[in-house]
Amino acid sequence: MDQVRLTVNGRDYTVDVDPATPLLYVLGEELQLRGPKFGCGLGQCGACTVIARGAAIRSCVTPVSAVEGAEIVTLEGLGTPDKPHPIQQAFIDEQAAQCGFCLSGVILSAKALLDRQPNATDTELRQALGGVLCRCFTHARMFRAIRRYQQGLKA
Amino acid sequence: MNRRDFLARSGGLVVSLASAEALAPFGKPQEFSGRARAGDPDASRVDTWIGIAADGRVTARTGKCELGQGIFTAQLQLIAEELAVPIDRITLVQCDTALTPDQGTTSGSQSSPTNFNDRNLALACATARGALVRLAAERMGVPAERLTAAEGAVQESGAGGKRFTYGELLRGQRFELALDPAAKRQPPATWKVLGSSVPRADLPALVTGTLEFVHNVHVDGMVHGRVVRPPSMGATLERVDEGSVSSMPGFVAVVRKANFLGVVCEKPWQAVQAARALKATWKAGPELPAQDGFYEFMRRQPARDTRVVDSGDVDAALAKAARVIRATYLHPYQAHGSMGASCAVADVRGSRATIWSATQSAYPTRDTAAMILGVKPDDVHVIFTRGPGCYGLNGADTVSYDAAVMSQAVRRPVKVQLSREDELGWENFGYAYVIDLAAGLDAAGTITAWNCESWNTVRGGRPGYQTPGNVITGSLLGFEAAPFTPRAQAPAPASFNNGSNAVPSYMRGAIGGTNRGTGIVASERVLTHAIASPFFTGPLRSPSRLQNTFAHESFVDELAAAAGEDPVQFRLRHLADRRLIDVIAAAAKAGQWETRPSPKRGQAQGVQTGRGMAAVLYEGDNGYCALVAEVSVDPRDGSIRVTRLVGAQDCGAISSPDGMRNQIEGGALQGLSRALGEAVTWDGAKVTSVDWRTYHSLSMGAEMPVVESVLINRPDREAMGAGETTITLTAAAVANAVFDATGARLREVPFTPERVLAALARRSPPPSRP
Repeated sequence: MDQVRLTVNGRDYTVDVDPATPLLYVLGEELQLRGPKFGCGLGQCGACTVIARGAAIRSCVTPVSAVEGAEIVTLEGLGTPDKPHPIQQAFIDEQAAQCGFCLSGVILSAKALLDRQPNATDTELRQALGGVLCRCFTHARMFRAIRRYQQGLKA
Repeated sequence: MNRRDFLARSGGLVVSLASAEALAPFGKPQEFSGRARAGDPDASRVDTWIGIAADGRVTARTGKCELGQGIFTAQLQLIAEELAVPIDRITLVQCDTALTPDQGTTSGSQSSPTNFNDRNLALACATARGALVRLAAERMGVPAERLTAAEGAVQESGAGGKRFTYGELLRGQRFELALDPAAKRQPPATWKVLGSSVPRADLPALVTGTLEFVHNVHVDGMVHGRVVRPPSMGATLERVDEGSVSSMPGFVAVVRKANFLGVVCEKPWQAVQAARALKATWKAGPELPAQDGFYEFMRRQPARDTRVVDSGDVDAALAKAARVIRATYLHPYQAHGSMGASCAVADVRGSRATIWSATQSAYPTRDTAAMILGVKPDDVHVIFTRGPGCYGLNGADTVSYDAAVMSQAVRRPVKVQLSREDELGWENFGYAYVIDLAAGLDAAGTITAWNCESWNTVRGGRPGYQTPGNVITGSLLGFEAAPFTPRAQAPAPASFNNGSNAVPSYMRGAIGGTNRGTGIVASERVLTHAIASPFFTGPLRSPSRLQNTFAHESFVDELAAAAGEDPVQFRLRHLADRRLIDVIAAAAKAGQWETRPSPKRGQAQGVQTGRGMAAVLYEGDNGYCALVAEVSVDPRDGSIRVTRLVGAQDCGAISSPDGMRNQIEGGALQGLSRALGEAVTWDGAKVTSVDWRTYHSLSMGAEMPVVESVLINRPDREAMGAGETTITLTAAAVANAVFDATGARLREVPFTPERVLAALARRSPPPSRP
């Protein structure tokens, strides 16, 4: 066990944990956050996605020690049910979810790209979401929501 | 248990009539937080479904749960409409064995038919509203005819009319009424909330990552378990070396019971590592039948035969036909592949247990978990907690048993998270199918006889109330799966049941002199052979209906081509059911269907385009749907691009148009993923498609077609299911479109580029190309 210092959604934490522990378990169990979810544990589906140092990463295969000191943002770090972030609002406006288990992967992967490249093309968006699954196949609505958010960025 | 069995247990029985009962006294003030009730909630009583507190807040309880399909919000709409209360005043409790009525399993597209027609939740609300109006009439001393219920209050008509809120009328007391079959539903013409696109109530929490999934449940003192599944199908556990992990950090226990093996540690990552490190000796199970040649293997197995329909004259009619067309269709095992590997939390203390589970079957899981724990069902409390979309029997039930067994062993609350491999390797897969079809055409190209003979694979299934051995954990613990009994001689069918869509739409479905099918073909036979599966199987979104419909709707297209006729026109003239005809016409119209025979002639070299259609009355009585697919096929690499899908659907009275569109879209595209890439693979010992590299789902990066939907609303008809319609049709619609584009017929799912190239190579005769 080691003391690992983390900054998550703007708050500082010190956790007592094996530094090899994947970040997901720290976020889900130690910090009891609900946004990042266990999908595959292999970095293949995106359900555990968080943003760290501006990039969308798979927290299930990222050792917690690798993100010590980094600014980590989870899905609940963007906005709240009462004050959702514009990209979250876009998903509500488009009713773009079914079970919602994939939303960390979809929303945070899209947001990380659009933060860097507000004018990303459809092809670039699809590339950014290439490692993300939505098994309910809410694809069309989700892309509509992402484009709605992107339009808002340009306005 | 099939859906008809659980309907019988779903709370539809009404034991007495409310209208004969006095409204007062109302008994004790209602307590909504209390969980200590003797016996199960009684589904025949209004108070089981609906409670109204003194402040007017409504607590409703349902046995149908949210799986991502939107039923939570749709039920809120139903309650708001029937009870005439603002939707934001309702708290809806779903699937908690201490609180909600036992409605069996949330499955089979049955939530709408069960709760939105004249019984169960809808009837409870209508009964409650009627009682409130009568109570107000007594209180005001005016006839009930002058009163209207709206916005959580009963209002007397006319200026200065009196008004009492529900809270004032009930004063926190119970209804003490039975559901009244004579209670009047709100007429659809007056609906304001039901029938409109109310935004999903759970979305703000979902998109902000604040909604509690079962993966997020925390219980004080909770530890973490991981299972260690056998190295091969049917392997038995001989020896476990606990010492291989007992000194690892956070180690709590190795849990071994019969062939069940798991490890419990203080933290989840410790449990992952311990499960990997645990040394165990297993005796290998029997070698699996080779995947190569498996479909032929299926034909040779002892089978349980069922004749679904048999007019007795099919062989004679085929012998007389001007032409006989034959084809065989193949469908692989497929996985549910939920986004999240399954998870559950159990807290077993002595003889009592609490299980937080994403099961579709709270009550059945309670009963079977009790069997596993050796305790009374009354002492097990199952609390449904949201899980990832399951699309049928995923790992939610089995992991609930895993957590229960491990918690009982360590006497602490245990969360069990399955690995991706645990999930994909040991699921109850969707059935593999071989379907042989033969049909006779007369000289005019009309179908004179249709013969269907199929083989499908069965092992286990939903545990129901008493068969925990139907899923892997129960089996490892020593419980038997439902027995498989071959039956070579199928009895003559006694009644028409097309719940599996084994009977094609174009058959009459004549049993006992009455046509119950949707078509006109009088010489008809459907014979099914169930064989014992080497893998567990179970319902996967559109179980059997999808496989059968892929075959039937592809084959009718082959018949249309043989007759040289447009596939839509050919379908229409072999159908008798008006509503099925209407959805086909609506999809064709919306899809700008070009009326002509397939394949399309005169296409240039290179990428070829085409359109295809498929249609079905889901389960023979549960949702009409037609789907048009447009594709382009690249004959150089065998790739299929689906560019457009147009679905038309009639599910009776629509509860939420946008909710229905969401299901149409998701179903169509999930169907596309299954048609183009998904198949379970195995070697001699075990399943090898155990992650997202080896089990091929279309990702968010895939170029997806536009899905357009045409909703045919029939407010005066019973509500039907809407969640499994388009998925039933995608494979056939795409295969038919590929045929239209290229003249190549795809008869085996999934339509991989290799299979497309092979089909292109075997085209006969090759179509003329410029």
